[in-house]
Amino acid sequence: MFHKHKKLQRRQVLKGMLKGGAVAVGLPLLDVFLNTNGTAFASNAPLPSRFGTWFWGLGVDEAIFVPRTVGAGYDLTRQLSPLGELRKHVNVYTNFNVSTDGKPNLCHYTGWVALRSGIVPAARGDLPGQSLDIPIADMISGGTRFRSLELAATGVPRDSYSFRSADAINPPEISPLEFYKKIFGPEFQDPNSDTFTPDPRIMLRKSVLSGVVDEIKQVEGALGQADRQRLDYYLTSIRELETRLELQLQKPAPAPHCAVPDEPTELAKGLDVELVVERHRLMTDMLVMALACNQSRVFNMVCFDSFSAATRAGSERTHHILTHEEGVDPDTGLQPQSSWFVQRSMEEWAYFVGSLANMPEGDGSLLDNTLVYGHSDCRFAKTHSLDGIPMFTAGRLNGLVKTGLHIDGEGDAGTRLGYTIQRLFGVPLADWGQGSLRTSSPINEMLV
Amino acid sequence: MKYMGDNTVAVAKGLSRVLACSMLCWLGSAMAVAGAALADGEMSEMQPTMRLISQPQYLNTVRAIFGPQMELNVRFAPLRRMEGMMALGAGQAIVTSGALDSLDRAAHLVAEQVVAPENRQFTIPCQPVATDVRNDACASQFIGSAGRLLYRRALTKTELHSLVELAGGSVGPAGDFYDGLELALVGMLLSPNFLFIQEHLESDPQRPGGWRLDAHSKASRLSLMLWASGPDTELIDAAESGVLHTDAGLQKQVERMLASRRLRDGVRSFFNDFLILEGYDNLTKDETIFPAFNSKVLVDAREQQLQLILDHLIQRDEDYRDLFTTRHTMLTANLAAVYGFPVSARPSEWVPYELAVDDERGGFLTQVGFLAQHAHPGRSSPTRRGKALREIMLCQHVPDAPPNVDFSALEDADGLPTARERLDVHNTDRTCRGCHAITDPIGLGLENFDGAGQFRKTEKGFLIDPAGTLDRVDFETAVELGSAVRDNPALTACLVQRVYTAAIGRPLLDGEEAEVIDPLLDRLDVEGYRWKDVLRAVTLSDAFFGVTLTPELTASTAKLAYQHED
Repeated sequence: MFHKHKKLQRRQVLKGMLKGGAVAVGLPLLDVFLNTNGTAFASNAPLPSRFGTWFWGLGVDEAIFVPRTVGAGYDLTRQLSPLGELRKHVNVYTNFNVSTDGKPNLCHYTGWVALRSGIVPAARGDLPGQSLDIPIADMISGGTRFRSLELAATGVPRDSYSFRSADAINPPEISPLEFYKKIFGPEFQDPNSDTFTPDPRIMLRKSVLSGVVDEIKQVEGALGQADRQRLDYYLTSIRELETRLELQLQKPAPAPHCAVPDEPTELAKGLDVELVVERHRLMTDMLVMALACNQSRVFNMVCFDSFSAATRAGSERTHHILTHEEGVDPDTGLQPQSSWFVQRSMEEWAYFVGSLANMPEGDGSLLDNTLVYGHSDCRFAKTHSLDGIPMFTAGRLNGLVKTGLHIDGEGDAGTRLGYTIQRLFGVPLADWGQGSLRTSSPINEMLV
Repeated sequence: MKYMGDNTVAVAKGLSRVLACSMLCWLGSAMAVAGAALADGEMSEMQPTMRLISQPQYLNTVRAIFGPQMELNVRFAPLRRMEGMMALGAGQAIVTSGALDSLDRAAHLVAEQVVAPENRQFTIPCQPVATDVRNDACASQFIGSAGRLLYRRALTKTELHSLVELAGGSVGPAGDFYDGLELALVGMLLSPNFLFIQEHLESDPQRPGGWRLDAHSKASRLSLMLWASGPDTELIDAAESGVLHTDAGLQKQVERMLASRRLRDGVRSFFNDFLILEGYDNLTKDETIFPAFNSKVLVDAREQQLQLILDHLIQRDEDYRDLFTTRHTMLTANLAAVYGFPVSARPSEWVPYELAVDDERGGFLTQVGFLAQHAHPGRSSPTRRGKALREIMLCQHVPDAPPNVDFSALEDADGLPTARERLDVHNTDRTCRGCHAITDPIGLGLENFDGAGQFRKTEKGFLIDPAGTLDRVDFETAVELGSAVRDNPALTACLVQRVYTAAIGRPLLDGEEAEVIDPLLDRLDVEGYRWKDVLRAVTLSDAFFGVTLTPELTASTAKLAYQHED
């Protein structure tokens, strides 16, 4: 049994790193996150390299999802069975709650917003704060071509849970072919190529952006504060594009397992489960290779969205409709058709984790140097319950995270996991979240 | 028709038309109305806006400048939908790194097409003989003329000089003259002066000490609303000469733009937004249940809504209200198969079709485009259709479903004959009843059309009963539902409010309903709601260009002369 709020040992976690070096942070880190010099991980472990989120909508069936045992070697329940041998890479977090503090529980919305931002939204469309991948990307995305990669296997342009604000949602790639072109198109530079010839037009493109920066600065002076801030965001985005171009002028570091994949064929639109699965797997394969090719260190994948309208051929009802209209079998306590969709989601989670685990890196795998945060929007979709929203992590993050555990939150705030993850990546947070979700208590059980 | 119930209070007419049905009739609350009854002079500040250009505005602008052959196979990041419209979200949009990727791709795609050898004679006003040396005169001519239309004002000397230097400096080993122009054009297409439509103020000579939108800002407001595009040369000329500040000059320009074929672009852009047609981005139909509804029909179903509106509002110049009762529709051969109508048309050709007097269809709501969009992949949905009608057409808010709904009564509903009986189950639960009473009675009026919009008399062998009530107006059929919608006061109040807010790029402020929307409705109730009349009323109203300063704006206004005095 794990002990909650166990005092962390000093040599347990890490300090934030950026671009391979120690960084000064604006707020004091918890002492336990630092080594005695405050300059490196106490364990001398390799630097954290990659972070990602993976989302599926409409929860699980508690009776056949939650392992009966906590700690290592948890039992593979029916809905966890797709993990199989991957169990050793995956932590399961149950019995963590999202309390709304009197705000309405906005169906299939409040849960994911709260777990991503630490704040319960006041109304649908409200996206308070920012999603946790944003500050993590601030810490670790330097020196890569893409600050983060957003993907929606649903193929729906609005399915993104990565945001700086309600007006600054990171748009997802919705087509495997378009994603391929973005990563491995003409601007891709093979890190393993024997030759390197920078494209002279890149310098010209940079000069174009310099002119744009000049015009932004000229325009800014005539704007009110709010619009000036919006233009500052634009300036930041232009700067990031400049940095990307700058990287293309340098020979990329070798990436021994990087190999340009075959260009995929375009898939039809649609939310038939089989189509979403095909899209998810194509996107996953290319994402893993993009990570292996050092194109990005942060990613956000939506497999099925929170109102999942995924369909099954011949069925009149979508997954979401089924969760509400399908009766509960009195013998099993399950909704058979709805459970089928959950099972498919878990199969895709296993595919995603397995793909990262199968990509070699160093002495281990890409997954060993990654932390993936997977979660849904509710525990049981039929009742929109926010207590016990299922969460996962996968990967050891360079040996900093224990894996293969079932961790029982015992009713604590679900934001403890998001807080712990951000601290692991060095985000300078004294605490995270608002109201009942505010926490400064990391989940010690997962820390090495 | 009485539409406000017994709780009628003296409120602003526009808002009352909407609220009367959205709140009073359903929830019995007068609280929401109270805030609308403001005295004169209470209107909040109307500030100039800075809007991110939308994808239709972007495409229409580059096509107007460089020709209709310009293609833009890029998907811009979706804008936030505010008060029902993405046009309002544009006023707060932030360009993230991911969003910039699309804009960057678009800029390069457009610039490549503009300088492509096969297009140069149409897109570039001068053709230098030698292309391996810089030609600043020709570059200036191109950049100056294109830039004026892209920036919606003349370039400053500094801007022109920088862009000409950029083009000229690119001529060399890495590229020729046209490559230089391409880069300069990319620079303009990524410039905040193109992507962000900024409004500026100037002192108002008619009101000493007062301020007004400058003429360029007025020109942009006009062209973005009427054409979903930047101003053309004539409109910029009118702005620069000061004519646009005069009543006669403004009226002349409005009439010219209303008469232009480019008005169709404005209609498409507005109704694409208003009808939430991006819903088709993730719309599918189960082909095992609806074999006639294939991917080609899906594409046509989305377009049908715009084609019908263009035909009704522009081609036939009919009243907007009659869109909901019209017997005209627009079909392709693919769609005709779903209707079961004999239509002969070439692939992708749209042909007008007149419904028989006794046809079960009639009006916008009974067309496949609307019916299929607001339904499930495998079946119809009276709730979705009712919600769409309330929220889109009547601007009424349907509350979110509560999280703790007890669905147990619905669990055995599959055995019930039709949707009406299934949805009646909601009436057994107090938490369900409130919201479903708002949507279902009108959605059931469209139950003679299945999830793909195909007509049916029965469901599971049981006769469908489409009768219902819309805000105390009874109807027996879908066609009669269209009539009830046509005569619902919220219909026109909603349209005018959406047009006005989309045009100015921000939501209504406190008191603005009474001071702006009401007079517009009074006028249009008399004139009728033909599209051109609606646009004319809005764009020629005093409020359309109205600006009141906040202290912050007053301070920043002093800085505004920078561009025009360069």
